[in-house]
Amino acid sequence: MADETNNGLQSALRRRLLMGLAGAPALALLPRQAFAAGPPTSVVNTSGLAVTDTEVTVGILHSATGTMAISETGSIQAEKLAIEEINAAGGVLGRKIKIIQEDGASDWPTFAEKAKKLLVNDKCAAVMGCWTSASRKAALPVFEQYNGLLYYPTFYEGLEQSKNVIYTGQEATQQILASLNWVAKEKGAKTFFFIGSDYIWPRTSNKIARKHIENVLKTKVVGEEYFPLGHTQFNSVINKLKLTKPDVIFTDVVGGSNVAFYKQLKAAGIDLNKQTLLTISVTEDEIDGIGGENIAGAYSCMKYFQSLKNPNNEKFVAAFKKMWGEKTVIGDVTQAAYLGPYLWKMTCEKAGSFDVDKLAVASTDIEFKGAPEGYVKIHQNHHLWSKTRVAKALPNGQFEVVYESPELIEPNPFPKGYQ
Amino acid sequence: MFGDYSLTDLSAIFAMQGFAGLILFSVYLLMALGLAIIFGQMGVINMAHGEFMILGAYVTYLCSTFFQAHLPGLFTAYFFVAMALAFLASGALGMLVEWSLIRHLYKRPLDTLLATWGLSLILQQTYRSVFGAREVGVELPSWLIGSVQVTDMIEVPINGIFVMAVTMLITVGVAFLMYRSRFGAQVRAVVQNRPMAGAVGIDTEKVDRYTFGLGCGIAGIAGSAFTMIGSTGPTSGQLYIVDTFLIVVFGGAASLLGTIASAFSISQTQSTLEFFLSGSTAKVITLLAVVGILMLRPQGLFTLKVRR
Repeated sequence: MADETNNGLQSALRRRLLMGLAGAPALALLPRQAFAAGPPTSVVNTSGLAVTDTEVTVGILHSATGTMAISETGSIQAEKLAIEEINAAGGVLGRKIKIIQEDGASDWPTFAEKAKKLLVNDKCAAVMGCWTSASRKAALPVFEQYNGLLYYPTFYEGLEQSKNVIYTGQEATQQILASLNWVAKEKGAKTFFFIGSDYIWPRTSNKIARKHIENVLKTKVVGEEYFPLGHTQFNSVINKLKLTKPDVIFTDVVGGSNVAFYKQLKAAGIDLNKQTLLTISVTEDEIDGIGGENIAGAYSCMKYFQSLKNPNNEKFVAAFKKMWGEKTVIGDVTQAAYLGPYLWKMTCEKAGSFDVDKLAVASTDIEFKGAPEGYVKIHQNHHLWSKTRVAKALPNGQFEVVYESPELIEPNPFPKGYQ
Repeated sequence: MFGDYSLTDLSAIFAMQGFAGLILFSVYLLMALGLAIIFGQMGVINMAHGEFMILGAYVTYLCSTFFQAHLPGLFTAYFFVAMALAFLASGALGMLVEWSLIRHLYKRPLDTLLATWGLSLILQQTYRSVFGAREVGVELPSWLIGSVQVTDMIEVPINGIFVMAVTMLITVGVAFLMYRSRFGAQVRAVVQNRPMAGAVGIDTEKVDRYTFGLGCGIAGIAGSAFTMIGSTGPTSGQLYIVDTFLIVVFGGAASLLGTIASAFSISQTQSTLEFFLSGSTAKVITLLAVVGILMLRPQGLFTLKVRR
């Protein structure tokens, strides 16, 4: 950047872009004036958070080790990218974001412990974190007790709402209902077979799906099977599928089981181009392990796919790959994690403060027009209005979007008639 | 539940279900063989067994990428090379571990449990640092993908048949090695009476090292074969460890025949119950049955009769 003596507009733009890409090391070299002086600290921080005249501390709390590192690595990467971009563009209320990262180590009590450390010792103004529902449930009491603010990125089963959490992923009805409507209309599906891992998220999601199938679509569920987490042998249930011949296989299998299930389905000669399969647990991240050729033809319902065509997403994908490598893929949750820091920034600017109580109120109706998934808005219930999309898995590990809900879908974490 | 189906449908399903049970049997046996040798013959509780399997899986992954990049012409045959390398890699690591860790703990068998559990955590984090936290996809040669169409309804997955064949070969190989070779005689001698075996000139330390290495090597082959049906990630080994111990303990620790019988009965129960009930319930009932039988017969299905 040393040779940039020209002060023209173009050069300034280019420099800004370069800084955004160069990342944190470059930021340290920036003169302090790069962060336009914001309002005085005494005004924006009345609750003793770690905010100085130049810095504000934000925590990142995910599993970088243990079983869940497979999934949570993408979220960490996205959050760091968003924070770097925000810092490069001048920070929040004139303050640069400083990250303190803690490792939840795939162990739920550790999440609670580390959440307490981030809130009590480090006085983080906000925390981006948690992935599984179990880790969120463990950390939630800590956030409520010490009045912290958590941005939670994963699509989840719903039935929860907290002043101290902003849910940037979809709750179950947002993910499931529109896609069931689509498969009923588009594929004329009359019979469904559910296969899931045996824990709260698949069971709650399938309960909602079953109610919708039986009461709204007036069609039938011909089978519902759950397997322990880590189960690796699916030949028996595949035989059941061959016997019952459902129009749609509806799956929410997770983790290593997911990989085993699709490999064995393929080996058993079930061609997903002929047999409709709808899943709510496979993103680009999972396909990495499953192998694109093993799952090609399946439909996944999410709100975001890496292949989405819009200018925001093209920018996001390019920046993500630039920072984390050409071979990385971006799944639904990774994108939702990217939203967290931006939503927090905009909420702080709207409230003119970092105080959690003010942000909890100001969050309602915050809009993010630059979201890679398109436009999102925070609902009063702290979930996001977002679109639902259905996409077909391609052999190269990417998805081709075949359906997009025409309107934003209202988050409804406590759906009446679905419990 | 069968009222709606025709007789041909049903017989086809039962045939396929039989195959499913046999495939499960092969998978269980293959993963338990290595442990049966280590736990059964040496009394070492190897909690890192799953990680030795995953080492084999990663070796297979490396082979597949190497062959794709440099020897695409031989890609169809890479799986055999991968299995041999997996055996060597896991076996070598096993011998190293025996030399550096296990041999100091032979007199404290319960401490091996802790030590190997620690080892499994170290290996997991090593895989994570080297290969990344995400699961890797192992590309298969095309002849291993798909299924053989026997009739209209009956289809048998090729990789299932392949696993069956590998298991059969290795079981026969192990049986031969243990009961018909000089090495096997030495291993059994050391198991039955260590001081006496030493006294007649058997290098017991060397026998220990090779036995441990052999068990780990077979785990490596199992891991390599399972890339066809399961996931390959830093923690995938954990998926197998419980079932593996279950089979070895249920069969009677020191008996190869016991391991085979135990793998067969558990897999058949599991797969039949899974078909008639649901996945989780089947697992619960299988485990309850195993617990019940072990209460009545704590030494397992088969035991060696040894004079104590």
